[in-house]
Amino acid sequence: MNDLIIISVAAMGGLGLFFAIVLAIASEKLKVKEDPRVLQINEALPGLNCGACGQAGCRDLAEKIAAQGNLDGLSCPPGGAEVIEAIAEILGITAEAGVKKRAVVKCGGTKELAGDRGQYHGIKSCAAEELVGGGHKTCSYGCLGHGDCVKVCPFDAMVMGQNGLPKIDEAKCTACGLCVEACPRQIIELVPCNNRIIVSCNSRDKGVVVRKACKVGCIACNLCVKNAAEGYIIEDNLAKVKYDKGDQAAEPGVAKCSTKCIVKL
Amino acid sequence: MDLLIIFISAAIVNNFVLIYFLGICPFLGVSNKLEKAFSMGLATTFVMVLAAIVTWLINNYILMPFNLPFLQYVSFIIVIASLVQFVEMFIRKTSPALYRSLGIFLPLITTNCAILGLALLSALREYNFIQSVVFGLAAGLGFTLALCVMAGIREELDLAPVPEHFKGAPITLIIAGLLALAFMGFAGLISG
Repeated sequence: MNDLIIISVAAMGGLGLFFAIVLAIASEKLKVKEDPRVLQINEALPGLNCGACGQAGCRDLAEKIAAQGNLDGLSCPPGGAEVIEAIAEILGITAEAGVKKRAVVKCGGTKELAGDRGQYHGIKSCAAEELVGGGHKTCSYGCLGHGDCVKVCPFDAMVMGQNGLPKIDEAKCTACGLCVEACPRQIIELVPCNNRIIVSCNSRDKGVVVRKACKVGCIACNLCVKNAAEGYIIEDNLAKVKYDKGDQAAEPGVAKCSTKCIVKL
Repeated sequence: MDLLIIFISAAIVNNFVLIYFLGICPFLGVSNKLEKAFSMGLATTFVMVLAAIVTWLINNYILMPFNLPFLQYVSFIIVIASLVQFVEMFIRKTSPALYRSLGIFLPLITTNCAILGLALLSALREYNFIQSVVFGLAAGLGFTLALCVMAGIREELDLAPVPEHFKGAPITLIIAGLLALAFMGFAGLISG
């Protein structure tokens, strides 16, 4: 009986010792050198793995930043200035503040204002509806209202309003850009937070067509450019705000807009 | 012929996941994307084959000669844990890309009861060396098969009109049950 106990203890002890030694040697031989800053930066990042920075995840971004040693061309849109400052501190450099952005929906075509050309009964998804016959709205650029953008938002910053257009909570929006990608009609755009004035239309159709489809569509009448040449530009039958010129340059155009598609948020 | 029977038995007829209900955790946890499920399956297969080899050696050269079969559980756990650790370090050194794509799965395999089940079953059935290796390989491939079938169904499920209350875990469990039932249909294929 005693022998058995001794043998079992010896056998298990031996096995344990053997594996311990093998693992100890392996951990020494197969050691991977890792920049300790990668771990620090990774912790400073939000850890959402949203991919807004263009990397495969927060960890990837941390490795890129650490390898590069500076923040040139790399950023964390959801983290904003705070995170960038924290990383800059880890790297021992000073960060220049980036422009904070948020998503805006460039469509004002609510259920009342924008007409329908048919009914859609199918999968409740904008992407699906866009594929079959181009949607229920007369306007082929307008919001379809199923809320693909709302579903994809990881920050609960979007809700689908009663009027059939998504609403964005600017305080929660981190400009990660997932909704921009989710929208099959490219209606959502990331605009700097300082720019309050936007053209709330996405239609590239000619004025005649737009007028028939929607009461608040941009018909490219050129009034905004005439009244505020600094602030606007017309491209593809659609007025655009020159965001870099700021709200002051765009202000005169808001009141003059013939279809009231230029709005101040 | 003997080996073929062991292979088909372990991979399909007595599928580890769907018939023995071993390794259910990764089966439900990692089966939402086909690609992930496949790499998890391959990683598990790899560890299973290695574990089959090492546990056979330990069982037949240490435990049996000293008449210590009651230490099987403890020693197999040590072996599997150390093995996975070693494999993890090795992969991390040699192929960082593979290491990152496997991510958390590798350490998870350590606590996968399918591996321990494999080692214990092959000891119980007194397989010889070749048989053990074939058994490990087949069990791993069967695990991969179950995971991939499940992942394929779950990917399609994203587009299916599932009733609100069944979304997520409930429908997954129902599918797992149906799959297990379907695999029961192989039961007559091989006796034993």
